[in-house]
Amino acid sequence: MLEIRDLHVEIGEREVLHDLSLSIGKGETHVLMGPNGSGKSTLLMTIMGFSQYHVTHGEIHFDGEEITHLPIHERARRGIGMMFQRPPTISGLSLGKLLAATAGGGDEMVLDLARKVNMDRFLSRDINKGFSGGEIKRSEMLQLMIQRPSFVMLDEPESGVDLENISLIGHTIGQLLDKDVHIVNRKHCGLIITHTGHILDYLDADRGHVMCDGEIKCHGNPREILKEIKTRGYRECLECRQD
Amino acid sequence: MPAGLNVPGISGEDQERIAQSGIDLSRANRCGSYLQMDQDVVHATCKEEGIEVLPYGVAVARYAWLNDYAWNLVPRDKDEITAYVAGQDRPVGYVIIAKKGSKNVLPLQACLFLGRETIQHVHNIVIAEEGAELHLISGCASGSHVGLGGAHYGVSEFYLKDGARISFTMIHTWGEEIEVYPRSAAVLGRDAVFLSNYVCMKPVKKVQMYPAAHLTGENSVARFSSIVIGLPGSHLDLGSRAILAARGASAELVTRAITKGGTIISRGHILGSAEGTRGHLECKGLILKDGRIYAIPEIEGTVVGTELSHEAAVGRIAQEEIEYLMARGLDEETATATIIRGFLDVRISGLPAALQEQIDASIDSADRSGF
Repeated sequence: MLEIRDLHVEIGEREVLHDLSLSIGKGETHVLMGPNGSGKSTLLMTIMGFSQYHVTHGEIHFDGEEITHLPIHERARRGIGMMFQRPPTISGLSLGKLLAATAGGGDEMVLDLARKVNMDRFLSRDINKGFSGGEIKRSEMLQLMIQRPSFVMLDEPESGVDLENISLIGHTIGQLLDKDVHIVNRKHCGLIITHTGHILDYLDADRGHVMCDGEIKCHGNPREILKEIKTRGYRECLECRQD
Repeated sequence: MPAGLNVPGISGEDQERIAQSGIDLSRANRCGSYLQMDQDVVHATCKEEGIEVLPYGVAVARYAWLNDYAWNLVPRDKDEITAYVAGQDRPVGYVIIAKKGSKNVLPLQACLFLGRETIQHVHNIVIAEEGAELHLISGCASGSHVGLGGAHYGVSEFYLKDGARISFTMIHTWGEEIEVYPRSAAVLGRDAVFLSNYVCMKPVKKVQMYPAAHLTGENSVARFSSIVIGLPGSHLDLGSRAILAARGASAELVTRAITKGGTIISRGHILGSAEGTRGHLECKGLILKDGRIYAIPEIEGTVVGTELSHEAAVGRIAQEEIEYLMARGLDEETATATIIRGFLDVRISGLPAALQEQIDASIDSADRSGF
């Protein structure tokens, strides 16, 4: 469903992703790990099409179509969605208004979904203004639930979230990724950045990748990779896999 | 259901311009109306018990004591505008008196319409007696065919006695060749609340105003909110001033300014001259296309125990915000308009829903025109 080939990305004058390739099939959930500054968020932002990230070489294909240079909203409309790690605050724009604009009406549906992630009390508040870490994540989840993307990217969904909310967010992500559907019928796929792996307690991932210095250097079973990172750190893991 | 407001001799297009200024020509959602076309008073009524709406000439003839109010807050010789208005043999404008304890649920509306290429002059006096609550919308518009220029000189004096509340919402729909010079001041008694809102989303040649609120009563509150767009050719020299002269008095001056090629000067001055006073001045500006925004916030304290602050920012819409909304499927134009709409959304506590809706409608109209 998502195919990235030989991708090189620059921010300003500096290349931050080098010759990166990645393939995620329909119904698959992949996990992306790596040290801080390794380029994980850059990869997600590039797939989403943010203007700061310049693709200098390579291609991104989604659902059989090349989207490397499509504007952000066209990617979103084709089914790519993203949970931001640090979304901006937009003064004067309430969460409810944005959801209504995204949903194209359907106030009742918005309210029902908001209740599911305990965000119904936040609909009249400015987006992200004064939201706690957990509230930001639930707001992001709610926006994705309305958007219903077929490919979901999640940037550290568990960071800053208490245990109770991790469970809620984990299960909601599971629904977005069709985890409640039989494996052969799953249509949605996802790419999740995680440092702690806590999110894997709530949903199964099919494949894990480790990024370092702007490259994916390691692929494998996500739980095994996570276990090695926890015991040996990133450097050990990378050296081991590269051998 | 009252009969609709009779607006003689003007086109449907001009009636629409009046409506855009917040005037409900059906009168269904207003408790009273004052309509002045050029120098002719066409209509002055109010059905709300305890609230009188009178043409200026009728009012001063009926109530001699009004002489104690006229030109008491705005000096006749303040500048050439006030001198011009004071020098008129036949002063025109409205006098609104909200008697002690009265309250209007539906707002009162005043429409000042400039239909000819001339100077329209008005002198208004608004008095809210002890404990009265008055909500007033002032729609100012010019005819679409007043193309060669005209001017509006307006003097308004607001008196708020102890415990009184006035919300005054002024929406301008002038033309590209019109110059507008309001001269306004208010005095607030103990526990009085004055909300003054100004909306200008349409082109105008020049607006120059600097209304002042004198908070002479303890715990009185003034809030000025301005929402303006400076279109090419427009020169908006705006501001407001609050003098916190009694213990516990507070004021907030908030401006949201957008320029698309026009000049906006946003002034503000809060003087804290009594203990226990608080004031905050906030001006936020967006430059969408060329133009100029010049924010001049001033805060001045003269006693221990006054707390004053200001915040001013001029910039552009953050690309990060636009792209965040685009990631939810909104195209760039819609995302930008959505952010601008939010930027202009100043929620005014204490303002009746009907008036907030009118402000929202003005912004919506600008939104539909692509800001």
